[in-house]
Amino acid sequence: MNLAFRLAGAVSDGTPLLPGSLQVNRHLSSWLRMRREGFVEVYSGKVELGQGILTALAQIVADELDVTLDQVRMVRASTAHSPDEAVTSGSLSVQESGLALRHACAETRAIYLREAAAHLGVAAAALSVEGGRITGPGGSTDYWTLANDLLLDREATGAIATKPAAEMRVIGQSIPRDDLPNKVFGVPRFIHDLRLPGMLHGRMLRPPSPAAVLMAVDTTPVEAMPNVQVVRDGSFIGVIAATERAAAQAVDALAKATQWRESAVLPDQEALGPWLKAQRAETTVIGTKTALLPPQIVRTLRAAYTKPFLAHAAIGPSCAVAQWRDGGLEVWSHSQGIFNLRRDLGLALHLPAEVIEVHHVEGSGCYGHNAADDVAFDAARLAQAADGAPVRVQWSRADELGWSPFGPAMRVELEADVDAAGAIVGWRHETWSNGHSTRPGRAKSPGLLGSWHLDTPSERLLAINAPLAAGGGGERNSVPCYDLPAWEVISHRVLEMPLRTSALRALGAFANVFAIESFIDELAALVKADPVHFRLRHLRDERARTVVERVAANARWTDWKRREGTGHGIGFARYKHTSAYCAVIAEVEAEAAIRVRRLCIAVDVGQVINPDGVINQIEGGAIQAASWTIKEALRFDTRHVTSVDWETYPIFRFADVPEVEVDIISRPEMPSMGAGEASLGPTAGAIANAVCDALGLRIRDLPLTPERIMAAME
Amino acid sequence: MRPAQFALTVNGRACTVEAEGDAPLLDILRDTLGLTGSRFGCGLEQCGACNVLLDGRAVPSCTLPLSAVAGRTIVTIEGLGTPANPHRVQQAFLDEQAAQCGYCTSGMIVSAAALLQRTPAPTAAEIKAALEGNLCRCGAHNRIVRAVLRAAQATK
Repeated sequence: MNLAFRLAGAVSDGTPLLPGSLQVNRHLSSWLRMRREGFVEVYSGKVELGQGILTALAQIVADELDVTLDQVRMVRASTAHSPDEAVTSGSLSVQESGLALRHACAETRAIYLREAAAHLGVAAAALSVEGGRITGPGGSTDYWTLANDLLLDREATGAIATKPAAEMRVIGQSIPRDDLPNKVFGVPRFIHDLRLPGMLHGRMLRPPSPAAVLMAVDTTPVEAMPNVQVVRDGSFIGVIAATERAAAQAVDALAKATQWRESAVLPDQEALGPWLKAQRAETTVIGTKTALLPPQIVRTLRAAYTKPFLAHAAIGPSCAVAQWRDGGLEVWSHSQGIFNLRRDLGLALHLPAEVIEVHHVEGSGCYGHNAADDVAFDAARLAQAADGAPVRVQWSRADELGWSPFGPAMRVELEADVDAAGAIVGWRHETWSNGHSTRPGRAKSPGLLGSWHLDTPSERLLAINAPLAAGGGGERNSVPCYDLPAWEVISHRVLEMPLRTSALRALGAFANVFAIESFIDELAALVKADPVHFRLRHLRDERARTVVERVAANARWTDWKRREGTGHGIGFARYKHTSAYCAVIAEVEAEAAIRVRRLCIAVDVGQVINPDGVINQIEGGAIQAASWTIKEALRFDTRHVTSVDWETYPIFRFADVPEVEVDIISRPEMPSMGAGEASLGPTAGAIANAVCDALGLRIRDLPLTPERIMAAME
Repeated sequence: MRPAQFALTVNGRACTVEAEGDAPLLDILRDTLGLTGSRFGCGLEQCGACNVLLDGRAVPSCTLPLSAVAGRTIVTIEGLGTPANPHRVQQAFLDEQAAQCGYCTSGMIVSAAALLQRTPAPTAAEIKAALEGNLCRCGAHNRIVRAVLRAAQATK
């Protein structure tokens, strides 16, 4: 489970409730240690995914301890020494790890000041710290001289105040990312670059389709190849060879010597809405609000929207290295949740978790639950046959696209009532999708693909949704962000799962916000209101109003001169209702195809740790969402996933990418909120609304391809 | 195919590689020569993550057979510049923070360096056209274009 899930369920037992991840990792020494060599070693359980989290966390540490960034060393996460912060997901790392570190550092600073006071014979209150140097009347010392691990060998109390915003010096600055120089100079840093002594290379032979059953395999010709070993355990089939190339060739040969029985179990990709609604489902009323007065309804509007299955589509295929030694297992992985992976590796391999160590090594951007964990199991299982040698496994492009979990298809149906004054007086939202998580660490059975193919298979997981208090899954952002007198929200978790689904960036918020924001524009049109005014009319939260007003001003909304074939549109949401506020205005050209020209964005993430980091996340999220909205849909026939490369799963290229302007509404006095996922839903809504403005056509099924436009025109 | 010896120049150094002639250059770079800066992305010449300079031209190395590059000059991301002496495109990528995960970055920089060799002052449209074969999933495209424009303005 993720940490938000765990924190949401925390019950008070008399111990103080500590901020962020400190609540579940209460020891100060599990977060940081002063080193005599002149730096502070910082342990976070959150991992670098290309979002710049390690730089942001270092900034927080530097300010709370009064050290320079050069004096902060972020230690690569490992189950051997990091606090268990569950999964790096949900735009929660600054809230969970950042807040924990902030408080742990404030307390550490106070402890070291007491120590320095005793050392210097002055009162702690008379001391100041700069660059790790502690100065008082008549003398000075520093953290490094005083460094003593025993000082932090205690639980945090949460009683020491953190610094006020006005005293921040590093926080709020666009500090360059610590990880980028290696990536720009090609210095080995990715899991793919890891080379251990005696390392062998593994490759997997996956079934040709999700429901395929192995009928026969003739391994003898491949086993006759020099230095090639076949590992077969049920329909888990892989090879180990001395080189990557030999492994790839062996697995190609093995594919030709294997027979599978395939079944037509996949839905019609052109009719996902009806398919989702026809399946068995678990239905949950997410929330209701009843009007105080009976509404005076004059019009009721209904509409249905769909979003297809999407691929995470990392540029680098997933990769892992595993090695068995002395009865224990060591794994190097780009998993988002190293402790959860360790737990599920234990389940799948029937080992106690204590004999497994998982070290995080950076991978390609993942955007949610891709194959990072799966390939770690593949490496671990293949390495069992490697007599102590480390085995590196890298997935193929086709497997990365076809066998990673998918972002689930969704159907959203909306209905709203308006009164004579043109206000929304009733709102009903119903959503259908598979669950949004089969992540490891949450079930009795491991969330690891290969473990389901073993001769004694683990039970396949059915995707779940986290409770709404922990962010939800399919229901994320299904409760309207607008102030409405009455509403009802229902979520149906579809229980047939022919395609494995799991967390894709923003989860259900992408489809829900796309649908809600499209529908708000449909309602605005119904009552002949301007879309910006109509939103503001239904928004009371000042921070929500501010992002909408700011983006409208920045994009010069009211000055828009409509030209033939162009349109503009707005989308807004507060991510998860608890996180960042984001409003987007899209400008499009719509002819045979849609071209997004410009995305103008206003965002409020509370206190900004690193402005350029926030802009990068918001802008990247918007461009990815534009790609999903305009181009992307997983393709499949009745048996096979047919999106196997970049031609069959096209994503945005340079020519497709719009200009993006991000305006941050800075609120240094407010708590920080994550930026990674806030812009995706609003971007989809804004683009769909801009397309409608340009064409006079409402397209409710994503992606907004030329075929969909043609179909809508007919 | 039987292994044979191939002479090539990689990052200014002459070297001889013994391998099968149909082995992709990317495998040779990463596994034989230990130059892991060029990335495996697709193995299909579709993403540009493995781009290298071959006689000054940016080409994907994932399907390029070793036999086809014998006697030719190859420059990888490692050969363009170093932290102490960065190529102007590398410096501009740092100045613009033109990446998120950084997996596509080597290929982007190689493609951009090739562009600036033949077109010293490209327009944004020319940069986008030159990078059309390089995929980025994180959405760093606009930063990358700005970085290449900045590099073009920088005096070498």
